[in-house]
Amino acid sequence: MQQVTRPGTDPAPSRWSYRVHRLLLRPGFRLALRAGLPFCLSLGLGLNYMSDKARQEQFMLALSDLREQIENRPEFRVDLLVVEGADRAVEEEIREILPVQFPVSSFDLDLDDLRRIIADLPAVASVDLRIQKGGILAAKLRQRAPVALWRSREGLSVIDIEGARISSADSRATRADLPVIVGAGADRAVVQALEVLAALAPLEPRLRGLVRMGERRWDVVLDRGQRILLPEEYPVQALERVIVLSQVQDLLARDLAVVDMRLAARPTLKMNKHAANEWWRVMNNQ
Amino acid sequence: MIEFYESQRAMRNMRKIAMQRGVVAVLDVGTSKIACLILRFDGTERLNEAEGIGAMAGQSGFRVIGAATTRSRGVKTGEINVMQETERAIRTAIQAAQKMAKIRVDHVIACFSGANPRSYGLAGQVDLAGDVVSEDDISRVLAACDVPDFGDGRSVLHAQPINFALDHRSGLLDPRGQIGQVLSTDMHMVTVGEDAVRNLAHCVSRCDLELAGIASSAYLSGMSALVEDEQELGAACIDLGGGSTGVSIFLRKHMIYADTVNIGGDHVTKDISMGLQIPAATAERIKTFYGGVVATGMDDREMIDIGGDTGDFEHDRRTVSRAELIGIIRPRVEEILEEVRASLDAAGFDHLPCQQIVLTGGGSQIPGLDGLAARILGQQVRLGRPLRVHGLPQAATGPGFASAVGMCLFAAHPQDEWWDFELPVDRYPARSLKRAVKWFKDNW
Repeated sequence: MQQVTRPGTDPAPSRWSYRVHRLLLRPGFRLALRAGLPFCLSLGLGLNYMSDKARQEQFMLALSDLREQIENRPEFRVDLLVVEGADRAVEEEIREILPVQFPVSSFDLDLDDLRRIIADLPAVASVDLRIQKGGILAAKLRQRAPVALWRSREGLSVIDIEGARISSADSRATRADLPVIVGAGADRAVVQALEVLAALAPLEPRLRGLVRMGERRWDVVLDRGQRILLPEEYPVQALERVIVLSQVQDLLARDLAVVDMRLAARPTLKMNKHAANEWWRVMNNQ
Repeated sequence: MIEFYESQRAMRNMRKIAMQRGVVAVLDVGTSKIACLILRFDGTERLNEAEGIGAMAGQSGFRVIGAATTRSRGVKTGEINVMQETERAIRTAIQAAQKMAKIRVDHVIACFSGANPRSYGLAGQVDLAGDVVSEDDISRVLAACDVPDFGDGRSVLHAQPINFALDHRSGLLDPRGQIGQVLSTDMHMVTVGEDAVRNLAHCVSRCDLELAGIASSAYLSGMSALVEDEQELGAACIDLGGGSTGVSIFLRKHMIYADTVNIGGDHVTKDISMGLQIPAATAERIKTFYGGVVATGMDDREMIDIGGDTGDFEHDRRTVSRAELIGIIRPRVEEILEEVRASLDAAGFDHLPCQQIVLTGGGSQIPGLDGLAARILGQQVRLGRPLRVHGLPQAATGPGFASAVGMCLFAAHPQDEWWDFELPVDRYPARSLKRAVKWFKDNW
């Protein structure tokens, strides 16, 4: 039997297969084929799938459902507000003003906002607000300490050492333990006022209050209308001099209207009218 | 003159680009097979230089990463005969080599054996411009060589300066920086038929490749098959190919003569085919299995089935003794060697100090060829295999790959050619200067 061989069998690649083979050997092309093509394909399919409005909404709904499920888990629930370092009135005020209805998910709490609300309370100096384990919203407060009563045009108010207004007082008698300071700008010099008051301890029974004069210096007001005018600088030392004089020579027990210490080199006394007349009479009779 | 200079220079630039990219393919377009090797240059060259290995270790700068051979189609006596067929064969070889290398090549260095190469010795002489030989002086002396009229339709394949002489001192390899008055040079120029070169360039460009160099396969076989001292002292390399036999003579590491005898192994096959009346494929198989050039008594008794598929029993059961086969092969091989002898005589090979002859190429594998060649060519005959290069597959280490391996060396370390030197300034066409002046005038 005759062997049948196909004449002219030739293993040569066709021109196009040769070109494709060379193209496939190009590293950039291979990368595009391996990474770029699947990426573009999946991106295109995904975009095409999501281009339907209803499908988008469905997807967003499912997403928000999932989010809600996670947020409502008991691990993230906050049940309780604990306030530390505040007295009863402030605590109640905090509970009243905080816009939170317990129980609440910790994802819904805007701690910064709450912190600001609490810190804006006049009685609060600083606050440390955090969510603790066991679903507790803990607020650690530092309250402002009342040191003086300030009488201004708005009325009588309790202020702390920084001059911040804590609350208003109905009358002087409600906070008899606090000294009174008066005048514009008095709240900005509370520290100095306290120093002066500390030095005034011997005159405590006669003290009526301090008046800020011209927003720069203090007047000590005693009973019987007596005033001690203190200088702008070193008021405590000037006051101490007056007190010493008073103790030695009963200065303030005499019929004086004003002790003017504004010029340290030249302390001045202003006598009442009657005393002055008497003094003139005595001096003229000599 | 300028045209081939420009085109060769363009190919050199292409080669530079290929070297930067690090991958180049070499393509041996032969009559019986087309071989393609893909080289990767890996820059270990400097390391080896530091170790003090000589020039022959230069091939360590590259590595063969892909190799493929395919049956050649459409090539006759080393020239492209049918363009489409050859293009398909080149494509096959390149694709297979690329597949093996897993890399894409864009630049190819090709060689071919045919197209009737002719060798010219050129001489030139100039007076130096200064005392010291400068680069420009070399350009001038190369340009001063009186180029013979090699006729229309021929193009220059190689133009290698092989010797420089300064005043009365000859044998300088690199005269730059030396002091003298008169510089002269000897140049060896090989021209081939221009059509063959253009056909090859066209085939390569049809395969989407850039031609980065072109060389004569006789030269490349010599590069790979001759060892260093043979190249230095003088030797001839006979590349017994399929359709043609290349002859190249080397002296002082330069090729000084190249020629081609247009008879090769295919003619032997054809003789067998005609003499025994068998198909060429069978004749080729019988030749490679049983061929030889020296018959002994044993060969009379060794019968070879030559077969056939006519269906006629008598015809299909024919046998032939090996002695008969040798009787067909030997005269043709003798004829080839006689032609080579004539070519060597014409070149004046017997004046060389050392007359070593190296046989390589696929045809050199005929048993007993060295004995026959020694009778015809002279006593100093040996069979040569190509140099071993890195990464060359075992299948491609035979003598048939001498020119492919030589082309690897050629790609890695080409010898200086004329077009490696700048043209001297006065050789530039005046037109371009005028054009530059005109451009300046137009724009300012």
